[in-house]
Amino acid sequence: MIGQIITKRISSIKFSLLSPDEIRKMSATKIITADTYDDDGFPIDMGLMDPHLGVIEPGLRCKTCGRKADECPGHFGHIDLAMPVIHVGYVKELKKLLQSTCRTCGRLLLTREQAEDYTKQMARLEELGGDTIDVGLISKETAKDAASRTVCPHCGAVQLKITLDKPTTFREEGHKLTPKEVRERLERIPDEDLPPLGIDPDSARPEWMILTSLPVPPVAVRPSITLESGDRSEDDITHKLVDVLRINQRLRENRDAGAPQLIVEDLWELLQYHITTYFDNQTSGIPPARHRSGRPLKTLVQRLKGKEGRFRSNLSGKRVNFSARTVISPDPFLSINEVGVPEDAARELTVPLHVNDWNLQIAKELVIRGPKPPGKPYLPGVNYVLRNDGRRIKVTDKNAESVSEILEQGFIVERHLMDGDIVLFNRQPSLHRMSMMAHAVRVMDAKTFRFNLSVCPPYNADFDGDEMNLHVLQSDEARAEAKILMRVQEHILSPRFGGPVIGGIHDHITGVFLLTYKDSKFDEEEATHIMSRMDVDLPDPIEGIDGKKYWRGKDLFSMLLPNDIHMTFRASICQKCQECKREKCENDAFVVIRSGKLITGTIDEKAIGAFKGRILDKIARDYGPDSASSFLNSVTRMAIGAIGIRGFTTGINDEDIPMDAKAQIEEVLRLAMEKVNSYVSAYRHGELEQMPGRSLEETLEVEIMKELGKARDQAGHIAGRHLGMENSAVIMARCGARGSMLNLSQMAGCIGQQAVRGERLRRGYWNRTLPHFMKGDLGAEARGFVRSSYKSGLSPTEFFFHSMGGREGLVDTAVRTSRSGYMQRRLINALEDLKVMQDGSVQNTAGTIIQFRYGEDGIDPSRSVQGEPVDIDDIILDVLGEEGEDLAKVTEKGVVSYGIQDRDLLETPEDAESETEDSEFEEE
Amino acid sequence: MSEEFNVLEHELVPEHHLLSESEEKKALAELQLTKDQLPKIRISDPCVATLDQAVGPVEEGRIIKIVRRSPTSGVSVCHRLVIRG
Ligand SMILES: [Mg+2]
Ligand SMILES: [Zn+2]
Ligand SMILES: [Zn+2]
Ligand SMILES: [Zn+2]
Repeated sequence: MIGQIITKRISSIKFSLLSPDEIRKMSATKIITADTYDDDGFPIDMGLMDPHLGVIEPGLRCKTCGRKADECPGHFGHIDLAMPVIHVGYVKELKKLLQSTCRTCGRLLLTREQAEDYTKQMARLEELGGDTIDVGLISKETAKDAASRTVCPHCGAVQLKITLDKPTTFREEGHKLTPKEVRERLERIPDEDLPPLGIDPDSARPEWMILTSLPVPPVAVRPSITLESGDRSEDDITHKLVDVLRINQRLRENRDAGAPQLIVEDLWELLQYHITTYFDNQTSGIPPARHRSGRPLKTLVQRLKGKEGRFRSNLSGKRVNFSARTVISPDPFLSINEVGVPEDAARELTVPLHVNDWNLQIAKELVIRGPKPPGKPYLPGVNYVLRNDGRRIKVTDKNAESVSEILEQGFIVERHLMDGDIVLFNRQPSLHRMSMMAHAVRVMDAKTFRFNLSVCPPYNADFDGDEMNLHVLQSDEARAEAKILMRVQEHILSPRFGGPVIGGIHDHITGVFLLTYKDSKFDEEEATHIMSRMDVDLPDPIEGIDGKKYWRGKDLFSMLLPNDIHMTFRASICQKCQECKREKCENDAFVVIRSGKLITGTIDEKAIGAFKGRILDKIARDYGPDSASSFLNSVTRMAIGAIGIRGFTTGINDEDIPMDAKAQIEEVLRLAMEKVNSYVSAYRHGELEQMPGRSLEETLEVEIMKELGKARDQAGHIAGRHLGMENSAVIMARCGARGSMLNLSQMAGCIGQQAVRGERLRRGYWNRTLPHFMKGDLGAEARGFVRSSYKSGLSPTEFFFHSMGGREGLVDTAVRTSRSGYMQRRLINALEDLKVMQDGSVQNTAGTIIQFRYGEDGIDPSRSVQGEPVDIDDIILDVLGEEGEDLAKVTEKGVVSYGIQDRDLLETPEDAESETEDSEFEEE
Repeated sequence: MSEEFNVLEHELVPEHHLLSESEEKKALAELQLTKDQLPKIRISDPCVATLDQAVGPVEEGRIIKIVRRSPTSGVSVCHRLVIRG
């Protein structure tokens, strides 16, 4: 544990190059032999496992610092290379340097004045706070300018063209430059010519980019593992270093023995290969070094790069304690702010309790209960106690009592999770801030995490096996912060579009629809049953024709509304009639709420749904998160109560339509086919009238698509006439609970044209889609029109076409998710440390301004009204009441459009298909 | 395209003003900022080039005030520092 307070802050970090001298100076030992261990299993001196490099086996002592395995930080060694070798990581720099300096005198190929001008520009930009990339750009410009000179302005030498043969071979007009020659040239560049090229001569000399000695990382970086068989298996990096040492040795011997130039050069190149792959085994242009098994070696760059690399998997992302993960399931009787935690998890997850005079008794009681208090109801116990000296005592049934005796001020008791603890709850992918919210714990039976269904949309969760993570907060500050900022109820209104993301879904909407549609009534038993689940009174009953007391669903619902709320809007079931009959709407779609009483209209998705719920939106905005959460809790329970009493089911017989309707659909489709055929023959005879701006073929396609689209719609209409409001599937589609009328007409009527890239199907066999059709057939059936319905079933060719269309959707979503995931990562990396300051400006960590005012208007989108600062209409209505309705555009706002865009973003593949097809973009 | 086309007159381009030295001082004092903290605008930006022709030479280090009309906040003002490039 970190005991002391950190008193130093990092103010800057500087990167520089290691000189060969420095490499040798920091080296604990020179490595000369490729052998690692002797026959007795002891590391060989000056080998790759030399104990001077640090030790990993416990008990041994490091020969450099004398400390034991866990205390020794490890020490670098080095290999002296027989011949210099190019460092792959710097080839770009090397090329730039070679091209922009003189081959004879080594000076920058610019006059003093030109060079100075560039340095001044650089200094000026830096002074003005230009970013490092822009500053770097200037040195690139300088190099480019210098490289374009053909004669040295200093010595007059003519320059030859230098090219790079990837990855590491430099050529001068075709003649190969050895690393040694390159190094000699770089050595000639004077210090004062380096700054214009963006190099600080105090921290880096260009010739250091050519390696003459290679640092050998400490053993701790590349530990060997002992297999079960007792054999030792070495790290990939060690393997690579062995290769380097072997070739280095052979190269030295051959060179010293005066071997032919060709052999020396071959070995030299081999050494270059091994050192290149030692750095990066995915260097393009050379084959990756492989293990005997054929697996490519994981060398330095591979350790850092990518998702599994050091940066993304160990530095930006870390594993944590006090967390749990399990399957999720729903519980409509939990508050939206709660999460059900299984007992097993609760006994494993702990909260530290700092013992003081006031809680000593409580702490003692907790400890006495031990690690597994028996019986029901669940009681929190204690797993560990931390003493003042930092020692950790494991509490067992046996020692519980004695440990509780010694408890005193300053001890820390790690108690089990209990009801009311604040925890963070998260579902991946965490795409927005609502993907991680704070919940209050409810310890429950069984093995799953449970939460209110209204919270599914922000997590994008369902219960087909989804798992979620839970994190237990460990300090009071963290708990307070989480409770204030992260609690579910604080996130009902989304910052993305200023509307609710948390709200009724599926059966909540159906339930509340059944409750309030037209004048649905409930008898005393039913009404009390529904209302028993929440903390409100029964409203006044009405008298039925039979003389008994009845309760109108609308009155029951009104009990949940604040007393002073006024609203007017159109429900989801609104048919968008030409002329709205408003209160007298025969669909009961015109919602009027006055003084907290639902007068007319049906409550459905537009009222309480996630994304679209207007009542929810207004309550959350005007009455605050506490009211909104209790409204949601009650409304969902009431809906579940109502749907339970009415009973609700759906099945394929919901899509049953009478025989004569089927015949009508057949007829419509037959006529459409004929029309298509007539278009085709008109096209064949050259009688088709070309549309402006389209080719004849395109005209034909457009006409056919239009005709078949019309036919499908007609089929849908015919089917729809026989699917009325008594039909469960229709109820769900109309009130916005699930599915759409299009889905239904595809099930009952006709599926319609399948498309790939927005065109009728054309690919497959030569000149035809399938061998079942004639070559060149342009008819409806041959090009992917599915005339069957899902209920009647598809013919084999139709099935094939349908799969083609479906496949495109799957591929699209797969591509879209990977691409948007990458974009998200880039955006987060760019924006993560921006901060809104006290004065409302947005600044980065360097203190430069990104925006003078957050969003340029300072509006918090989650407190805005769909992005607007104030809801003028709402204010007018509040002030003027009924008379204000003409002034305010009461009816429709952009509510529908944001809902749909939003869903589109979070949709899973199979849902996307059903909901994007009927997406309606409203204009306003 | 007509040769007299002026980007600053296009309806989608916000107002750009070149600040005088005294205006610069005042603006920076009001914002409690130093020049290097300002957002940047390149000297090659078409708006800067147009300003350069219209109201005299614009060099690196000058400040340009940009006034945008905004449906949510009326106007939003921001300052940018001219840099090379
Ligand atoms: Mg799922
Ligand atoms: Zn050591
Ligand atoms: Zn020269
Ligand atoms: Zn209507």
